[in-house]
Amino acid sequence: MENVLEVNQLSVRFGATQVLSDLSFQVPRGSSLAIIGPNGAGKTVLFRALIGATPFQGGLQWAPGVRIGYVPQKLDLERDIPITGVDFLRARAALAGEPAANIARVLSSVGVSQTIARQPIGTMSGGQFQRLLVAFALVGEPNVLLLDEPTAGVDEPGQERLNELVHRLQEDRGLTVLFISHELSVVYRYATNVLCLSRALAFFGAPRAILTPELLDQVYGAHMEYHVHDE
Amino acid sequence: MTSELLLLSVAMAVAAGLMGCFAVMRRMALAADPLSHVALPGIGVALALHIHPIFGAAAMLFFGALLVWALEDRARAATETVIGVVFSAALAIGSLMTSGENLIEALFGGAGALKWPEMVFGLAAAGAIVLFVVARRNSLIVMLVSPDVARTAGINVRHLNLLYLQMFALTIALGLRYLGVLLMGALIIIPAATAKRLARSLGSMLALAVGFSVFATALGTSLAAWLHRETGPLIVSVAAGVFLLSLARRQP
Repeated sequence: MENVLEVNQLSVRFGATQVLSDLSFQVPRGSSLAIIGPNGAGKTVLFRALIGATPFQGGLQWAPGVRIGYVPQKLDLERDIPITGVDFLRARAALAGEPAANIARVLSSVGVSQTIARQPIGTMSGGQFQRLLVAFALVGEPNVLLLDEPTAGVDEPGQERLNELVHRLQEDRGLTVLFISHELSVVYRYATNVLCLSRALAFFGAPRAILTPELLDQVYGAHMEYHVHDE
Repeated sequence: MTSELLLLSVAMAVAAGLMGCFAVMRRMALAADPLSHVALPGIGVALALHIHPIFGAAAMLFFGALLVWALEDRARAATETVIGVVFSAALAIGSLMTSGENLIEALFGGAGALKWPEMVFGLAAAGAIVLFVVARRNSLIVMLVSPDVARTAGINVRHLNLLYLQMFALTIALGLRYLGVLLMGALIIIPAATAKRLARSLGSMLALAVGFSVFATALGTSLAAWLHRETGPLIVSVAAGVFLLSLARRQP
C-alpha cells in the first residue's frame, strides 16, 4: 500500500531537551494511526513537526497532494471574542475556495445545529466547541486528518459520535487519520497501527503487538489501566 | 474644520476601529501603547532634519513593529520585558530630542496646518489598512483561532503576522496628528474593546468599532473647537466615555 507519510529518524529538540529522537514510521493511505503515550511524551510536538510548525532533524515526507485537516488540542484563543462558529467556518471555507453552502453540510456531519453555530464561540459548551473544531478541520476537503485528543471535554455520547464520524469519513472518503488518544478502547477499535511514545522509547506496530500489558507497563511506568500520576 | 481635515480624521478613525478589533482579539491591547511611543524619536530626528515629522514617525514605527515581530517567536514574558524597556526608553530619548511646542504636539497631537504630503500619506495609508483588513480578514480569523491550523490551511503565519504588525504601526502613524504618540494607542484599542463587549459576531464587531471610533473622533474634534482644548485628549475621553456606558450592558 502506498504511504501518505514517511518519517525517518525524526528528532525534535527544544534547547537542551530532546523531545523526540530517532522516530521512524510510515502511514499507509487510508489507514489510521493512533499515537499514545504518557503526558510529556511529545505527542503534540510530533503533530506540530508534521505540519511544519516546529523545527526538526531527520526525514519527514508527505505524499504529494496531501491536504491536512488539523484539530489542535488547545487553543491560545480567549473564548470571549464575538466571533460565531459560522464566522470561523466561513473564513476557513473562503480560504479553501469552497462555497459557503458546504458549511451547513459540515456542521450537520459533526452534529452541531445552525442555531448553535450562529452563537459566539464563548457561549458554546466545551463539547460543542470541540465539535466545531472538528467541523473546521473538515472544511477544505482534507485527505488527511490530524486529531489531537478530539474528544477531550466531550460527553460520552458525543465522544462516540465523533469517533464514529471520523471512522465513517475515513471509510467514505478514504481519509488517512492520525489521532492522539488516551482512550485505549478507541485505539483498539479504530487504529490500524499504533505509535507509542515515551520519553526514552518509541514503539510502532499493529495494536495487538503494541497494546500489551508488558509494553504499557514499561512505557507508562504504571500498570496497564491508563492512569498516569502527575509528576 | 476644513473638509480635508474632516476626511483625513474619518479615514484615520475607520482604520483605527478595524485594526483595533484584531488587536483586542489578539490580546495586543497592552502592546499598542508602548509601540506608539517609539514614534517620538522618529519625530525628533525628522524635525532636526526638517522633514515632515510623520515620515520620521512612520519609519521608527516600522522598526518598532519589526522588533515586536522578531520577539513574538520567543517567550511571552521576554517580549513584555523588552517592550517595557525598549519602548519606554524610546519615549525618554525622543523627549530629549524634541522640545517645547513640538514635544507637546508630538505627545498629545496638535492641529498644525495640513500640508499635502501628509494628506496624501494619510489617505493612502488609511486605504491600505482598510484594504488589508478586508482582503486578509479570513486569514486573520483562522490565524486567531490557531496559528497551527492556519499553517495547515496554507497561510504563511510569520509573514501575515509581520504584515499585520506593520499595518498596525501604520495606523498609529496615521493618528499622530490628532492624538499624538501617547494617545493614539487608545483610539485603536478603546472603540474595539467597546465593540467586543457589545457585538455577537465578527461583522457586528467590526461595524461597531468603526462606528465608535468615528463617533469619538467627530465628537472629540467638535468639542475641542468649542471648548478651545486639545483634540486628542477629548477624542480619547469620548471613546472612554462610550466604553464606560457599554459596561452598563450585561455581557452576553
